[in-house]
Parts: sequence; C-alpha cells; structure tokens
Amino acid sequence: MRWGLAMDLKERVERCLGSDALSITEYRGDITVEVPRRRIIMVLKKLREASDLEFDFLTDLFGVDNLDLYKKKKKKKGKEEEAEKEAQEPTPPRFEVNYLLQSLKSNERLRVKIQVPEDDLEVESATVLWKAADWPERECFDMFGIRFKGHYNLKRLLMWDEFPDHPLRKDYPLEGKGEERHFHVSEF
Amino acid sequence: MGIEAYVGGGWLLTKAEQLINWGRSRSPWPLPYGTACCGIEMMCALAASYDMARFGAERPSFSPRQADVLIEAGTITKKMVPVLRTIYDQMAEPKWVFAMGACACSGGVFRTYSTHQGIDDVIPVDVYIPGCPPRPEGLLYALLKLMDKIKGEHPLRKKVVDALGASHGS
Repeated sequence: MRWGLAMDLKERVERCLGSDALSITEYRGDITVEVPRRRIIMVLKKLREASDLEFDFLTDLFGVDNLDLYKKKKKKKGKEEEAEKEAQEPTPPRFEVNYLLQSLKSNERLRVKIQVPEDDLEVESATVLWKAADWPERECFDMFGIRFKGHYNLKRLLMWDEFPDHPLRKDYPLEGKGEERHFHVSEF
Repeated sequence: MGIEAYVGGGWLLTKAEQLINWGRSRSPWPLPYGTACCGIEMMCALAASYDMARFGAERPSFSPRQADVLIEAGTITKKMVPVLRTIYDQMAEPKWVFAMGACACSGGVFRTYSTHQGIDDVIPVDVYIPGCPPRPEGLLYALLKLMDKIKGEHPLRKKVVDALGASHGS
C-alpha cells in the first residue's frame, strides 16, 4: 500500500517468481527470497523486468561462509540420538551468495539469496544484467573462491594476484598462513 | 634587516658541514604518504592551525623526487609494500622517513593476513611517532627531533667514506 501499489512487496515477489521462490522470509520489514542456484540469472531478470517490481539497481553482491554456524548447531544438541539424526541429514550448503536489489522507482529493497555447495563453487555471473556486478563478483571470488561463470575479468580484487588462499573463509586464520608479497628491489 | 643588525659587517666563520646541516635541517620538505586516519592528523599539522611551515616544512611535495622527508602516515598492507619501497627509492638523497602512528611502526591493531607489521623492514625509519593516531603536536615534535638528528650528521665525511668504499670495490 505504501507506494501506491495494490499489493505488498512479498505478494508481488511471490507472484512474479512462482515456483522459483524456495522461501520468502520477512525480518523487520526486509524481505529475503531464496531461489535455486541454477536459476539465478532468470530470477534477477524477472525481478528487473516485472512491471510491478522493477528492481533495476544492484546495490551489492556478497558471499557468506556458514561453516561455523552449522558446527555450533551440532555441538549445542546434547542428546546423542538427535546428534545421530542430524549427522544423517544432509548438511546445508556451506556458502551463500546474496544479491541486494533496489527499485529506483518505488524505493523498495529486496534480498535474493542462493546457496552454493562447497564441491561446486560456480555461479552464473550477473554482469550480463548489471555492470555493477563486476567488482563485487571479483571481491567474492577473491575472498571466498566462488567462481562466476561468464565474468569477463575474474581475477582478484583486493589481494595480490599470486595470493594462494581465500581469506574470508571461516577456516582461514585471521593472522594468515604467513603469505608475504615477494618482490625484488631491482624490478622497480 | 638581516644578520648585520646583530653582528655588524665583516665575516662569519663556520664549518662547511655545519652550514649544510643548518640548511638541511631548516628545509625538510615532506612527502605526505597518508594511507589511513593518521593522514588526517598529518593534514591538520600541515594546515593553518598547527602550521608545520613554521619549521621549514614549507611545501608538501607530492613528487618523491623533490622531497626530503617521507611521512608514512597510516597502515601499510602487504599489497602496498612494493609501492612504498618504490617511492622511497625514487626520493633523492638526502632523505629521511617518519613512521607515523601505531600501524606504520608495528602494524597496530591490525594483526591480520593483509597488514604489514611495521614498515621498518621495508625502508629505514628515522623517527617513530607513537599514537593511534598521534596528535599534530606529535608530528611537530618528530620534526624537531629530526632537526636535531640532521644537525649531528656528517654529510661530507659520509661522501668520503662512500668514495673509499667504492674504490675498494666493497
């Protein structure tokens, strides 16, 4: 109702995506929609082109590592039976990629989330839709090692090119593994 | 209205080294190299209210070729290390270096994979300025300390030693 639109945002997103929306959650007025990883470009395109949504602005794109989150859950449960049950259940994918969208027309915001399993770290690049996805995707690749298929220049953004690891992963130590950038004075 | 008013006409006697040191210590042109919040304090020290020009640091030189003092104010990441070294190498002799703030001195609070833990293993540092960030007075005090240090140097003797070292092939 707020911006003169007939339905609220949650309903409109639900109607636009249909079966592509695995879950839609609302927390303090912010709406998050989770979608299948392989469908992400289709979904973003739909959200951009739907006449009652028009999410035409990509604010940010970032990765999340949920490694510690799931570890803690397992430890908290004291009973052995439950622990066994949990062990049998498939563990949720380790990584996430979040897309923050904004509609410049209605000033509404939406978070689109996909889950990325550790053994297949590949996501379609959103640079086909937004040029703004260029550096965020490079940062995501640099920090988490998630590869964006179709990105025209997927190299490290913040760390130097020869850096061997992905430092924002939860199993990477804060103080690093002793990587130094080697250089020779005579080169300069 | 010059020195004649105090000593009258005639001669002044001094050593060449003292004359050179006097000139150098009173015109240490800084090269501002602000990479973090220390850079803001450095700008304040250079601006009107603290006015570093009072001590001869008259002209912040943004070209390393025309600077005497590299004021390294801020965090140096490991990616930045070769750049810092290049800039130091581009400076003409004589040259001095301030490590301003905790990050430049030791890495500060950033004991992380990306931060270089103190610049003194990349370039030689003359004056360390503690603080996070140091107040402008700290930078001015460092400048006075540097003046004292320059006054104790032997610019001509160093040249002779260098020449001897070169002729001996060492």
